Formats: sequence, structure tokens, C-alpha cells
Amino acid sequence: MSGMRHNGPVALAFHALVVGFVLAPLAVICLVAFTPANTLTLPTTQFSLRWFTAVFAHPDFVASFLNSLWVAAIAATIAVVLAVAAGLALDRYDFRGRAALNALFLSPLMIPHLVLGVALLRLFALLGATGSLFWLTAGHIVVVTPYVLRLVLAALSGLDRSAEQAAVTLGASSWTVFRRITVPMILPGITGGWLLAFINSFDELTMSIFITSPATVTLPVRMYMYATESIDPMMAAVSALMIAVTAAAMLLLDRIFGLDKILVGQG
Amino acid sequence: MSSARADTTPWLLAAPGALLFTALVVVPLALTLMLSFHVYDAATGVKDAYTLAHYTAILSDSYFLNIFWRTLRLAALTTLICAAIGAPEAYILSRMREPWRSVFLLAIIGPLLVSVVVRTFGWSMLLGPAGLVNEAFRALGLGTVKILYTETAVVIALVHVMLPFMVIPVWTSLQKLDPMVEAAAWTLGASRFTALRRVVMPQVTMGLLSGSLVVFGLSASAFAIPALLGGRRLKMAATLVYDEYMHELNWPLGAAIAILVLVINLVIMLAYQRVVEARAKRTLG
Repeated sequence: MSGMRHNGPVALAFHALVVGFVLAPLAVICLVAFTPANTLTLPTTQFSLRWFTAVFAHPDFVASFLNSLWVAAIAATIAVVLAVAAGLALDRYDFRGRAALNALFLSPLMIPHLVLGVALLRLFALLGATGSLFWLTAGHIVVVTPYVLRLVLAALSGLDRSAEQAAVTLGASSWTVFRRITVPMILPGITGGWLLAFINSFDELTMSIFITSPATVTLPVRMYMYATESIDPMMAAVSALMIAVTAAAMLLLDRIFGLDKILVGQG
Repeated sequence: MSSARADTTPWLLAAPGALLFTALVVVPLALTLMLSFHVYDAATGVKDAYTLAHYTAILSDSYFLNIFWRTLRLAALTTLICAAIGAPEAYILSRMREPWRSVFLLAIIGPLLVSVVVRTFGWSMLLGPAGLVNEAFRALGLGTVKILYTETAVVIALVHVMLPFMVIPVWTSLQKLDPMVEAAAWTLGASRFTALRRVVMPQVTMGLLSGSLVVFGLSASAFAIPALLGGRRLKMAATLVYDEYMHELNWPLGAAIAILVLVINLVIMLAYQRVVEARAKRTLG
């Protein structure tokens, strides 16, 4: 019976083409990044690190990288706090307006980032807050919170509550129960949510491009601007570094939570 | 959980998030909707008078209509190609053995986490006049083909970025299908094709539908891909909004276009929910 579930040669050839298509642009970037030449060419005989050195000597890229790192780390952390609190409310209480609140928290997934970007630009312009790193981070929090909320809700709904009830019977306060029992039990959801939020914020372009100023440019926005102006292998080197950072985060996510669970659970 | 506390506790828990989301989602959207009705004057900027002129301009000027038509056409084409590639690929993946199944699932959906700018840049290198694709064409004696800055380049990159959004829901719905059911159809004399059509396809339809809607919505509002691979002349809705805001400085017009993009997205999502609900009703009887 199991023999009948094999993929035939046509299916495997199709599969090879799809995998090739998916990985081709990433593979080309990682190869071109090591070119010793001045143009975007594949290295043939020699490999060089000169374009990686060039990236680190380029103050704009370094500043943008640090901006992105800060924004993503802070946005992911605050998103986790908001999502755990909101997740407890949505999972454990039945109250008027629960459905509306749920829709509000998940709305950024349905609104194109382009629209969020122009909407925030309008708000920040009226507040006189354009180009502030604080408000940029606030925008990122809104975009990444739904991802964390979904994982937290999934973790909460699968939770066996007898341990919490036992603790309450034994006289633990609700804060102690939350800190000592609930949080440890949903920890994979929290850490997985944090990493997913971090990656999504770190990669965000379309909203950020409207609400960054020269001082607060994040790395994807910097790369976009660089790519529209000049084409040299430095762009490939930055891209290769970004792929490396993402791959590292991805492996970490996979270890903690199972990447297929996180990504497929989104569907 | 006493009943006296039960009324306020959920609200206290949700309040910080709810306030932030109201301030940074609901209020800005309302402001943008209002902005789209403001009069704009090229010399003096946004005025305190109201007009429908931006909407009538977008819906009557052939320049804007062409861009909207291109956006919808390319998004639809991307959706079709993603369905044609993504559904069979999800099926093939579901029939693989471990560890290959996990490895290739990661390879297919992992790039989802790599920034769109990076992936778009990769395609601009592959598709450029000196890129690998054209080198292959020259080696085959086909000469150099202009791909970069054409609709073809935009669609190729869109398919690449959107493919995981198609594979994921189809894969999820295939997971719910017991492989023994397909095997039972074969045992009962159904051909491979009949089993696929009568047993697997119905199960996959909902996944395919939800994947298609996500892909269409995201493609229609995509920014980086048309901006970097379409060039200046080949505009789509998102690059048009960017131009109105950043180059023309006509914010009210840009706002009107953004509102239209949002409305199209929401209509698609609501239509999808209707279909899902109707289907749920039918299965429940």
C-alpha cells in the first residue's frame, strides 16, 4: 500500500523545478556577494569578501541595520506583552464586544501595509511626529501583534487548566498562577511569537517606507533606496547578510516551535 | 474567577492593545478617508473644502484606469499561476516520506521569511540583460530577451513571493485528508485521475480558494516588486500611491487610491467569508 503513495518521475521532475525556482534568486545573491569584481557577476575562479567589508564600512547601512534591530526587538517585545494580555482576555472570558475586539486585533492582517503606511503618515503628520523612531516602532507593534496573538491563542486553547486550578486551591494568587504556571506552559507560543514578530518587523518595507525619515531609515528601506539608485555587488552582500540573519532566526524558530507549525498554522 | 470581577478583567487585560490599535489603525484610516475628500491645490496644498473630484478622476481618467486594470490583471495572472504550481506541489509534498517532506516544506515556505526587497533584488539579477536567464537564452541561440522592466518580470517575482501563501493552505487541507481514503478509491477500481478528481480535489478546494484570495489581495497591493522590476513606466496601484504621496505630493489623490485598494481587499475577504459560511451550512445540512 505504501508503495502506491510514491511520487512518480513526472511529479519529482516538477518538484525539482519548483524547488529550483524558489531557491534560484537566493542562491544567486549568495554567490554574487562573494564576487571580486566591480559588477554583478558570478565569481568564477576567485571568491572575495571585499563587498562584505564595504557594507560594514558604509555608515548608512550600519545605521539602518541598528535602527532595524532596535525597532524589531522593541516592537516584538511589546507585541508579546500586549498579545499575552489580550490573548488571556479573548481566550478565557466571554464578554460583550469580544468578537469586535478580536477583529480589531487581527485587522492589520487584512489591511494592506501600503494603506497602513499612508494612514500612519497622515496621523503622524497631523501630530508633528513624522520621522520619529518612537512612532515608527509603534507602527511596527501594530503590524506584528496579530502574529503573536495567533500563536498565544493557539497555546492558550491547548492548555490543560487543571494545574492552574490546583495552584488556586492551594492558595496561590492569580499573579503567581500566571507567572509560575500559565507563562511556563505557553512559553513556546511566546518565544515563537516573539521571533516571528521580530522577523516580520525586521523585513517590513511597504509601511515603513512612508513613515521613516533619513534619520530613522530601516534596513529594508535603505536597501530599496540603494537598489533604485545604484547597482553594485554591495547590495548582494547586504542581501546575503539578511538571508543569513533570517536563516539563523528560522532555525531557532524551528528548534523552539517547529517552523511548519508556525507558518502552516497561519493558513 | 468571581462574577463581580469577570466584567472588568477582560477589558483591563485587552485595554492597552485595544487603545493602541484604535489610535494607530482605526483613527488613521478614518483620517485618510477624510483626507481623500479634501480639495487639493498644486500651489497651496490641501484645502479645507470637500470634493469627490479625486474619486471621479480615478474612475474616469484612462491613466488611472489603465494602472488599476494592470494591477487586477497581473494579480489575477499571479493567482492562477500560483494555483497551477502550488496545488500540485503541495500534493507532491504530502506524498513524500520523512525527512524529505519536512526539508522540502521548509525550502518552499522558508523564503517567506526573507525580506521581499532581497528576493526582488535576486530576480533583478537573474532577469537582467546580463543575467543568468539571458545567458541561458544566448547559449540556446535565442538571443537576448528583454525581461526586466516588463510585466513578465513582475509576474515571475510575484509568483515567487506568493507561492508559499498558496502551498500552505492547500497543504493544510491535504493534512486533513486520510491517505487511506484515496487508496480505498483505487482499491475500488477508480483510476488515479478519478481518485484525484473525486476524492482529493473536493478536499483541497477550500484551501485553494483561501490561498487564491490571499495571493490576489497581496499581489494587488504589492509595492517592492513593481517598483524595482517594473521600472518607471510600468506602474501598479501601490507604486502609484507612492508616487502621489512622495513625488506629486498630492496626498488627497493618493489617499483616494489607497482607500480604493483597501475597499477591493475587504470586498474580497468578505466574499470569501460568505463562501466559507455557505459551505459550512451545506455540510451541516
